[in-house]
Amino acid sequence: MAGALSPGDRVRVREDFPLGHIRTPVYVRGKEGVVTRVFGSFPNPEVLALGRDGLPKKTLYEVCFKQSELWPDYNGPEADTLLIDIYEHWLSKV
Amino acid sequence: MHDHDHDHGHHHHDHSHDHDHDHAAVVQPHAPPAKDEKIHSYHQVLGLALKELLIEKGVFTPDEIRKAIEWRDSITPAMGAKIVARAWSDSAYKKRLLANGTAAVKEFDHDMGALHLVVVENTPQVHNMIVCTLCSCYPRAILGLPPPWYKSREYRSRAVREPRKVLREFGTVLPENVEVRVHDSTADMRYLVLPMRPPGTEKLSEAELAELVTRDSMVGVSLPEAP
Repeated sequence: MAGALSPGDRVRVREDFPLGHIRTPVYVRGKEGVVTRVFGSFPNPEVLALGRDGLPKKTLYEVCFKQSELWPDYNGPEADTLLIDIYEHWLSKV
Repeated sequence: MHDHDHDHGHHHHDHSHDHDHDHAAVVQPHAPPAKDEKIHSYHQVLGLALKELLIEKGVFTPDEIRKAIEWRDSITPAMGAKIVARAWSDSAYKKRLLANGTAAVKEFDHDMGALHLVVVENTPQVHNMIVCTLCSCYPRAILGLPPPWYKSREYRSRAVREPRKVLREFGTVLPENVEVRVHDSTADMRYLVLPMRPPGTEKLSEAELAELVTRDSMVGVSLPEAP
């Protein structure tokens, strides 16, 4: 999976609500965006939070969403965006 | 005067403010200090107990804690201002800063530790602003401690939901043709906004430019102004 996505790829965030320490805010779950950067691989914070080693590492991406995709009633220009760091196991290519 | 309300068992909050005069008369200037609820909250007591135990066990000394706090307090937004002013004055530095913030701040002997610095550039087309909706991630290594509003639930929830309204409340009104780009820092990246150099500052030195760069402009809720 590592590095499976590239800038420009359209992705969807997993719509899932597991318990535990999750770094994917609820407001982006199930939403579609575009990969804008690949930051490299990092220990998985969901595993670190359990007091374990965080391995295997997960690739971290910057994903760009249109505000109108996140909030259907967004009050602002269509061009406004939100960029957020998301780990690979929360993303699937559209 | 209203602050006194919180130091006492009496709950005057619901009363009209006229009562404050009587209330102030009750507080003697040399009265023994009242219990401070801010220090004696449950989690504060837990933190103090942990600290005392770690000192007792010899894990660290009180002096080491004091030094760590001193070091933390020595980092102020002036550090970020120097970096921004360098980027404004030296286009090669700006390129390095935008390509790899972590490496570029090392030129100022600044170490991001285990974290990474991502510098995002404001342009006539794009305005960046930073938030951490999950907690309060902030480029502390560059700007020092975050202001209370940055950590507030209100800023954290509204910055992603209605950024333009939040910006207006900070006095920052952006034209509709400027893209507002909100960065929600959820991982190991710390974001710093590189504001646009204000017009009319062509003759200023790097040190003079640094004086124009405010903390809020590097978080992206305001714009630096020419002197």
